[in-house]
Amino acid sequence: MIGAIAFYLFATLTIAPAIAVIFARNPVHSVLWLIVAFFNAAGLMLLVGAEFIAMLVVIVYVGAVAVLFLFVVMMLDIDFASLRSGFTRNLPFGVIIALVLLAEIVIALSAWEAGPALSGREIPAAKIPNIVALGQLLYSRYLFAFELAGLILLVAMVGAIVLTHRRRGDLRTPRAWKQNRRRPHQAIKMIDPGVGEGMKL
Amino acid sequence: MIGLNHYLAVAAILFTIGVLGIFLNRRNVILLLMAIELILLAVNINLVAFSAYLGDLTGQVLAMFVLTVAAAEAAIGLAILVIFFRRRGSIAVDDVNRMHG
Repeated sequence: MIGAIAFYLFATLTIAPAIAVIFARNPVHSVLWLIVAFFNAAGLMLLVGAEFIAMLVVIVYVGAVAVLFLFVVMMLDIDFASLRSGFTRNLPFGVIIALVLLAEIVIALSAWEAGPALSGREIPAAKIPNIVALGQLLYSRYLFAFELAGLILLVAMVGAIVLTHRRRGDLRTPRAWKQNRRRPHQAIKMIDPGVGEGMKL
Repeated sequence: MIGLNHYLAVAAILFTIGVLGIFLNRRNVILLLMAIELILLAVNINLVAFSAYLGDLTGQVLAMFVLTVAAAEAAIGLAILVIFFRRRGSIAVDDVNRMHG
C-alpha cells in the first residue's frame, strides 16, 4: 500500500515538473523544475531497489548537469523572449506529434504480453546489496565498457575546455617559465663603491 | 500492486514530454538540451525498471553508461552553445546554417 502511494507520488512529481520544464517562460525556472523531476525520478528508481543508480542520478544530474545548465543560463545574456516566437506556431503540430507518439507507445504497452519471466511478478528479493552486486558486475564482466565510459568523460572534459578556452589579449598574466629561468647572477649585481664616489646605476 | 507496466507508462509519458519539448522550443538550444535530458531520463527509468523486474543487473549497468553519455553530451553541448553565443550574440538556432563552409 505504502509502495503504491509512494509510486504515484513520485510519478506525479516526475511528470508534472517535466511538463513545467517545457512550458516555463523563464529558463531558470525550467532548470529548477528539471531538478525536481530528477529528484523524483531518483525516488522512482529507489522504489524498485536500484539504489546506486538513484544516487547516481541525484549526484550526476542534479549535482553536475543541472548546475551546469544553471551556470550557462545565468552567464549568457540571452534575450529569451525573442526565442519563444515560434512557440505558439509549433504548438499544434508538436502536440499532434506527441499524442501520436504517446498513443503508439501505449498501444505497444497494452498489446505487449509479458513472458513467463515477467508476467505479474514482484521484484525479486536481492541476495546481496545493490551496490555490491553492481560493483562486482562492473569490475569484472563490464570492465572494458566501464573504462570506455571513463574515456568518454575524459574526452568530453578536454573537449569542453578546448572549445571554450580563449586567450585574452588584455590580460597580464605572469610568465612563470621566465621567472623560473631567472638565476641570481642575472638579478643581483655585487658592487663595491669607493669612498665618496657614490653610486652609478 | 505496482507492476512493470506502471513504470513503463511513466517512462513513456516522460519520453513524450521530451519529444514535445524538442518540437516546441526549436529555437532555444538550452531548452532543447533539457528536453534531451528528459528523454534520456525516461530511457533510464525504463532500463532500471526492466532490470529490477527481471532480477538482472545488466540493465542498471547500461543505465549508468547512459548517464555517463548524457553528462558528456550536456557538457559538450553547453560548451558549443557558449562559443556560439560569443560569436553571434544570440543562441537562436534557425540561422545556424550560416556555419556551412
